[in-house]
Amino acid sequence: MTKKFVLGIYDDEDVLLQAIENVRAAGTKIYEVFSPYPIHGIDDVLGIKRSRLPIVAFFCGLFGTSFALWMQIWMLGFDWPMIIGGKPHIALPAFIPVTFELTVLCAAFGMVITFFIVTKLKPSFKVNVFDKRSTDDKFVMAIEVTEGVTDMNALNDLLRSNGAIEVNEKEVIK
Amino acid sequence: MQHVSPIREPLVTGGKTYHDITEDVCRQVEAKPNARWAAALAVALVGLAIFIYSTYRTLWYGIGEWGLNKTVGWAWDITNFVWWVGIGHAGTLISAILLLFRQKWRTSINRAAEAMTIFAVICAAMFPVLHMGRPWLAYWVLPLPNTFGSLWVNFNSPLLWDVFAISTYFSVSLVFWYIGLIPDFATIRDRATGPISRRAYAFLSFGWTGSAKAWSRYETVSLILAGLATPLVLSVHTIVSMDFATSVIPGWHTTIFPPYFVAGAIFSGFAMVLTLMIITRKVFKLEDYITLEHVESMNKVIILTGSIVGVAYITEFFIAWYSGVEYEQYAFINRATGPYWWAYWAMMTCNVITPQLFWFRSIRRSLTATFIITIFVNIGMWFERFVIIVTSLHRDFLPSSWAMFSPTIIDIGIYVGTIGLFFTLFLLFAKFFPVVNMAEVKAILKSSSEVKHHPHGTMHGTDKDSHTNTHP
Repeated sequence: MTKKFVLGIYDDEDVLLQAIENVRAAGTKIYEVFSPYPIHGIDDVLGIKRSRLPIVAFFCGLFGTSFALWMQIWMLGFDWPMIIGGKPHIALPAFIPVTFELTVLCAAFGMVITFFIVTKLKPSFKVNVFDKRSTDDKFVMAIEVTEGVTDMNALNDLLRSNGAIEVNEKEVIK
Repeated sequence: MQHVSPIREPLVTGGKTYHDITEDVCRQVEAKPNARWAAALAVALVGLAIFIYSTYRTLWYGIGEWGLNKTVGWAWDITNFVWWVGIGHAGTLISAILLLFRQKWRTSINRAAEAMTIFAVICAAMFPVLHMGRPWLAYWVLPLPNTFGSLWVNFNSPLLWDVFAISTYFSVSLVFWYIGLIPDFATIRDRATGPISRRAYAFLSFGWTGSAKAWSRYETVSLILAGLATPLVLSVHTIVSMDFATSVIPGWHTTIFPPYFVAGAIFSGFAMVLTLMIITRKVFKLEDYITLEHVESMNKVIILTGSIVGVAYITEFFIAWYSGVEYEQYAFINRATGPYWWAYWAMMTCNVITPQLFWFRSIRRSLTATFIITIFVNIGMWFERFVIIVTSLHRDFLPSSWAMFSPTIIDIGIYVGTIGLFFTLFLLFAKFFPVVNMAEVKAILKSSSEVKHHPHGTMHGTDKDSHTNTHP
């Protein structure tokens, strides 16, 4: 099944931000916006909610802390207790460095793996990009076209009047 | 729009547009390897060959190939290990701590600095692994169930903490670096013409499209990773210093070690970043992105950390005298006036005196002077570790066991070899990866380039000629 999109191409981030606001105010649903770099303030105008990845990082870190403490206490305190340097079997201060490192390791990897999964980032040889210039110097606003419902001319005018330097159509096989 | 003071120097010069940034950074990735690069790689490969040969000798004949003796059981191996780990501190410091402090000048240097970090840590890891004598049993340092009845690793030992610290540091730095590379790989992918490069960079880019949602998450991930990596950077050299500080050897057993080692690590790391960046910006014509402003900022970090290191040297000496401990006092007098006096004074000259020249603005902004001084710093920091390790060990409590250390050709071979390994990796990186973070530089372009932008109305990049030189 193919889907049809109208792409508004912009070349300035501030023009783009204004255009997003106006297009949304005109009642048009924006499918996605592509940019070569992160634009500050785009989350608000597009209505993107704050990412919950920090929460993932926190709980992964918490798991790392608990796992590291449990591992060291169980191994040296219960499974095979030994007196090392006259210290107690469970010498907590000496366990802190490894606990810290495993906390950071689990938090970082847990968060990054989650990021890859939710953003659907995975190695593949073929990538479908709406407009190749969006990773170089152009900002692309993609609007999905519903056949027979969307007024193409009105959409074209709306995008152009809001500073689009080009308006293209693109069909994508889903 | 963010407000940037008009008296601040622009971070990107030359009136660049977004497309210019892409062109300038992708140029050397897409061009055929040039002769200078190939020549440099050939030299680095000779170094790598020396490394492989020395490693083969070490593994085949054993640690007896090194100059170690019963008194000096740690020498060049640990010196080189600490030296490389120290160098590996600048990259993550630049990308993590400077991100948290919102220092925008980091954007054009963080990519290469992080790459340098990763390669330096790889070089560092060679030394403890080779010193094990039987590297194929290296997994014994991990807490794995084993055939001796579960005899676990000793979690009280700083050497074990090192295993966790270095491997965590390496893997988190690698992930941080790679996350930053993904959008830039996508840029190269979308420009690529050849079938191999298109597929290779598509694979590396993880299917990145640059959607607003992905960027939003990307920014969150970068920020949290920076927050996690910041204490991590500080923890690594702290733990390395504890390898020494927790043992009861005069000259090692001091509480000043963790902050002193961390400052020294940042000091040497920035010196190495500057050494490499001064060459890279010239060879790849990136003068508009890595400007004198960047060099000066890094030189300021060098003078700060260099002065901390200088104060630490003097404090150590004072505390040795003030402690009233005979052995401690002797260890320090012996450092400065004993048979290794030349190493001590080389360290003092290179680390304490030369960086003080950066108080002069003209020297801070001179590329030649900076290049020479950073080489001095690198040499000085190597001598610092040599002084700490060898002079503390070679004359211990019993004069009957006093000895001298001299390196064998294999010791030298492994050290020179890791430099070859480092430059091989760095040169491959510089050829096939984008050396400047394009996405981040584009993100700061509007607020800190020479081109003046009107927030509304004009199109970026179409009117640059009429608006240049707003910073006279």
